[in-house]
Amino acid sequence: MLKKIHLKTLILIFLGIGVVSANDFKGSTKNNKEDIKEYILHHLQDSHDFNLLSYTNDKGKKVHFGIPLPVILWDNGLKIFSSEKFHHGETVAQIGKDYYKLHHNKIYKTNSKGEIFYDESSHPTNVTPIDFSLTKGVVSIIFTSIIMFFLFKSLADSYKKNNKIAKGIGRYFEPIVLYVRDEIAIPNIGEKHYKKYMSYLLTLFFFIWFLNILGLTPLGINVTGNIAVTFCLALITFLITNFTAKKVYWKHIFWMPGVPLPMKIALAPIELLGVIIKPFALMIRLYANISAGHIVLMSLISLIFIFRNWLGSSLSFILAFSISIIEILVAVLQAYIFTVLSALYFGFAVEEHDHEDDH
Amino acid sequence: MDKLINEFSFGLFFWQLLIFIGLVLLLKKFAWKPILDAINERESSIKDALSSADIARKEIESLNEENQRIIKSARSEREALLKEARNTGSKIIEDAKQEAKDSANQLIKQAQESIESEKRAAIQELKNQVAGIAIQIAEKVLHNELENKEKQNKLIKQLIKETKL
Repeated sequence: MLKKIHLKTLILIFLGIGVVSANDFKGSTKNNKEDIKEYILHHLQDSHDFNLLSYTNDKGKKVHFGIPLPVILWDNGLKIFSSEKFHHGETVAQIGKDYYKLHHNKIYKTNSKGEIFYDESSHPTNVTPIDFSLTKGVVSIIFTSIIMFFLFKSLADSYKKNNKIAKGIGRYFEPIVLYVRDEIAIPNIGEKHYKKYMSYLLTLFFFIWFLNILGLTPLGINVTGNIAVTFCLALITFLITNFTAKKVYWKHIFWMPGVPLPMKIALAPIELLGVIIKPFALMIRLYANISAGHIVLMSLISLIFIFRNWLGSSLSFILAFSISIIEILVAVLQAYIFTVLSALYFGFAVEEHDHEDDH
Repeated sequence: MDKLINEFSFGLFFWQLLIFIGLVLLLKKFAWKPILDAINERESSIKDALSSADIARKEIESLNEENQRIIKSARSEREALLKEARNTGSKIIEDAKQEAKDSANQLIKQAQESIESEKRAAIQELKNQVAGIAIQIAEKVLHNELENKEKQNKLIKQLIKETKL
């Protein structure tokens, strides 16, 4: 019975993606392509408030529904205020003696009129304070972390209570935990060393997966399609790889055994570059896949409102629906790939060669 | 690339790093370690149970084999016993028959012998009695014949007559 309810909830959530996301466009009066492009690009970026719905009312004024989030700035001292003060970038926020304005999701320090100055290549020249705001992305990360913590804690606790058999909602994730251990960690890292990487790999997999799925909900969250997040994850993989690396790993980079001397010298910079390229590829792959998925999905949903006729709109809906399903697959696939490749790099780092000259 | 760098938000990176590392450490302590330990324990207990079941099965198999062997040997023993008993029985019967025959033969022989001796004794007795009777008769006849002088004379005369010199 419980299982049925879970399945139904999931299906409802995913069916809702297309429908509710489309809601975001309903109020847009122009519906032209520029508007939609702007909207999609805006959505892909992090935002200082949790906007659920915005439309233009009869008087031509924009109305926003959402939750304002705290803004934390470091600009000659800590400044904390609500993002409400920006009024979605429409007005300038006065904090003490300083004025700040939101421009393309970035906070700039301005004069009292909120003017933004541009250089020749139309980049703003205003001072940007260091922004530690709890943005939509940060809130989503915190939300996911809390869910993960309670989910897996309940799974861990259920083992104690129920004689080593998982119980409750965590039970559905036990096979995935086992999969990460048996199909990702052990084959790539090896039976001997895999244990110390398990915590990171498991957290990584579920973190990316849950955030990918959260990105598919109508809440319009795009965390794993944000370069700062993927950079952070790739950086951690990079650091773990290099700090746990054994002598053999470094030997293979700087002084490749089993090749002639000139080759050794030629290979060293290439191998060294590879050390950086590997996590860089991780970062770009996740970012590009999720961003692309969001762009395609939102474009297809927008097409419904561009066509504004039965045939085109229903076709777009079917397409958007199918892409939504594919995106669910991509969500788990990207989490899997990121985890597998991280495990693979860890595997390289701790690899042991018993017969060094076999290369 | 320029767009990527432009898009990079240090605040988000900072929070992500902080929260993610915190999450890894928290989950490690409260979730992953107990989960993996429980799973490992469960797996090893399943493995143990399976191997002990295997051992038990092998034991049962060997016991069965042992039983079969015992049954087989018991059967052959029984057969041997039966065979022996049958042999002994027939031998006893044979012996008994022989003995009976022998004793019967002996009895018959004895009987024949005793009959023979009895017969001989009876014949002897008869002979004796007949001889006695014949003597008595001869006595009586002689007594009768020699009662008077005349008859004696006559006999003597006859005897003399018969006796030819």
